[in-house]
Amino acid sequence: MTKTSITLNVNGQTHETKAEPRELLIHVLREQLEITGPHIGCETSHCGACTVDIDGRSVKSCTLFAIQAQGSEITTIEGLGGPDKLHVLQEKFKEHHGLQCGFCTPGMITRAHRLLEENPDPTEQEVRFGLSGNLCRCTGYQNIVKAVMAAASELNQTEVA
Amino acid sequence: MIPGRFDYHQPESLAAAVTLLSELGDDARVIAGGHSLIPMMKLRLAMPEHLIDLKAIGDLKHITVADGVVSIGAMTTQAELIGSAALADAAPIVKETALQIADPQIRYQGTIGGNVANGDPGNDMPALMQCLDASFTLSGPNGQREVRAREFYEAAYFTTRDDLEILTRVTFAAHGGGYAYEKQKRKIGDYATAAAAVLLSKGADGACSSASIAMTNLADTPIYCEEASSAMIGAGIDATSIETAVKSCLECIEPVDDNRGPAEFKKHAAGMVLKRAIDSAWSRA
Repeated sequence: MTKTSITLNVNGQTHETKAEPRELLIHVLREQLEITGPHIGCETSHCGACTVDIDGRSVKSCTLFAIQAQGSEITTIEGLGGPDKLHVLQEKFKEHHGLQCGFCTPGMITRAHRLLEENPDPTEQEVRFGLSGNLCRCTGYQNIVKAVMAAASELNQTEVA
Repeated sequence: MIPGRFDYHQPESLAAAVTLLSELGDDARVIAGGHSLIPMMKLRLAMPEHLIDLKAIGDLKHITVADGVVSIGAMTTQAELIGSAALADAAPIVKETALQIADPQIRYQGTIGGNVANGDPGNDMPALMQCLDASFTLSGPNGQREVRAREFYEAAYFTTRDDLEILTRVTFAAHGGGYAYEKQKRKIGDYATAAAAVLLSKGADGACSSASIAMTNLADTPIYCEEASSAMIGAGIDATSIETAVKSCLECIEPVDDNRGPAEFKKHAAGMVLKRAIDSAWSRA
């Protein structure tokens, strides 16, 4: 089966690659583009570790063929912030102990980013509902919720100022 | 988990998609949001040789409300249903149901067309569509036809849709009165252990003037309970009439033992969600 040329826009960069139609987005991101922030967790669209942002929607990249993302704008955790300049959400996860092993964190933060874009001032209940597609086996979620609430509060203050 | 090999097609019009499906026949599957089909392909329980992606067909993504009739394109996502102010006004039960489907990421991708066309008894929209007495539009090589949701489902994964037809939209009348979709599930993202969709209207005399009850995942198809629905009309809604309606509904279902529990437990759960849904719908009527 022949490979098809695929153009993916990831974190503001255009990548030309070749993939079979059956190759999932998560595999192309990690193995071909070496963008390894999104993780492979359950591979069954339950855990959310592979969450990326595609054209303003949070998507589980284990349940989308790379070819379906052709021409879309994709953002991964790498596009939100990095060691040199952490995103507010990354800062707050660090500050509030929103992670232990860190496996779920890229998906969790990528999802939280979209949630706050859509709902900049969520209630705790809305944060919990909005993150319900992401599983964490370490934290018990309390500190993740605190971190997202703190990030929302800081982002809102920045906007007012 | 790597799916089997296939060729990918992305037709830009419905006519092109129908022609392609006619040419490829049984070797092809239509893909909408893909959140039922792709997991099946990863398990190799589905191994289509061709995938026809409907995403580029603009006509299939719309929500319109005109003259009291709601029309929703098959490729409209659950997130788009939830976000539509016009739909929340015309048929708030759709939003209430969509919010209980899967999780946020899946609702951005999952479509109403895929949910109703797949024939999975666990899907929530089929019972809702039966409750609303919706109609499905199917397009195939012999043209277009309409099928009522109440006549669409034959068995698990078997519907009256021909393999060469594509479900393109759902239509139903805007509903007034009270409404509720109540779902018992083990966790976020799970299919229903039991769920019920209820629409009730209250007449000027305070009695029930219209009623419709349908249930999810309690048989190998969604179940519309006509007897319970018609028996409620013309009387007041109280503890006795709710008990009678619930009893009548429970006679229509055939739950089976599985990892969500034994059949007896599911009947118990069904009774509970039915009572909650009727209470809630009547309080809003």
